[in-house]
Amino acid sequence: MTGLALFNLFILVFMVVAAVISLRVKDLLTASVVFGIYSFLMCLLWAEMGAVDVAFTEAAVGAGVSAVFLVATVFNVKRSSSD
Amino acid sequence: MKKVALAVTLFIGALLLYAAKDFSVWGHLQSPASASPVSKHFIADTGVDTEVPNMVTAVLADYRGFDTMFETVVIFIAGIAIIAILRRTGADADSPAIQRESDVVAEPDLIVTNTVRLLIPVIQLFAFYVLAHGHVSPGGGFQGGVIMGASFILVALAWDLPKALDRLSVDRAIMLAGVGILIYAGIGLFSMLLGGEFLDYAELSHVLPVSREMARYHAMLGVEIGVAFTVTTVMFAIYANLSTRGRLEGGL
Repeated sequence: MTGLALFNLFILVFMVVAAVISLRVKDLLTASVVFGIYSFLMCLLWAEMGAVDVAFTEAAVGAGVSAVFLVATVFNVKRSSSD
Repeated sequence: MKKVALAVTLFIGALLLYAAKDFSVWGHLQSPASASPVSKHFIADTGVDTEVPNMVTAVLADYRGFDTMFETVVIFIAGIAIIAILRRTGADADSPAIQRESDVVAEPDLIVTNTVRLLIPVIQLFAFYVLAHGHVSPGGGFQGGVIMGASFILVALAWDLPKALDRLSVDRAIMLAGVGILIYAGIGLFSMLLGGEFLDYAELSHVLPVSREMARYHAMLGVEIGVAFTVTTVMFAIYANLSTRGRLEGGL
């Protein structure tokens, strides 16, 4: 297995873990932060595949601003989810 | 019920994995994305048609300019909708049950504010670079606009929302968002007045002292600036309303 394939596998495994955590965790603030991590891993994957424009957008919008929006919303609702 | 949902999810997941093996190998020359005549045309002719080195921007802002214009409109409408919903429901449904620590008025932290003071010029300069270099390197109006909007959000996070609203009030933000779309559509309409079709930037060479190809190059920067106006202001307006339930006071 080459270095690049190993890198991809590493990121993909972490992405699945981050996705499951952000869905399962009760605390909504944790969920939003982990969702930001998921976006950032997605951005790394786009960059690795050569789609630099998409990676840039994902980093700015996905990992940056939308994480801030989610946190801002969590502060205005109840912290823990019911399920 | 949960077990049924799990079974359905697993079944669909397995189906997707089964379908995924029909995908062509990544980067394969015969994959539909590489083999289509449209891709060949873009790869061969973008540089000749528009003088723009970054193909992605040329496709986004020129070949599919109509699409990108309405993408900008979608962002504008999303901002308006969020504000409209929060102004109506957020202020009324003010349950005192949720006490926030930030309700206690605290002085802005010295270290945080001074770090932000140093960071914001760099962030804004980078936003302008991303915007202006959108057709040469990765980037463009959307990314530059988001970075610019983030710098205003950073002011609101480090100090408080009123300090950020002093610099860019929500009313002015919405007005500037409209101006961004007007810039985009105006360039399209102007090229129509000069005898071309809507968003046919090449016609701008009648008024600009450049060739038809360079007219497309410069017009792309023009529409990206329009996009950046809308994205910057809508991002900040959404944050200002989301963090205060549409009341625009206090903040996080």
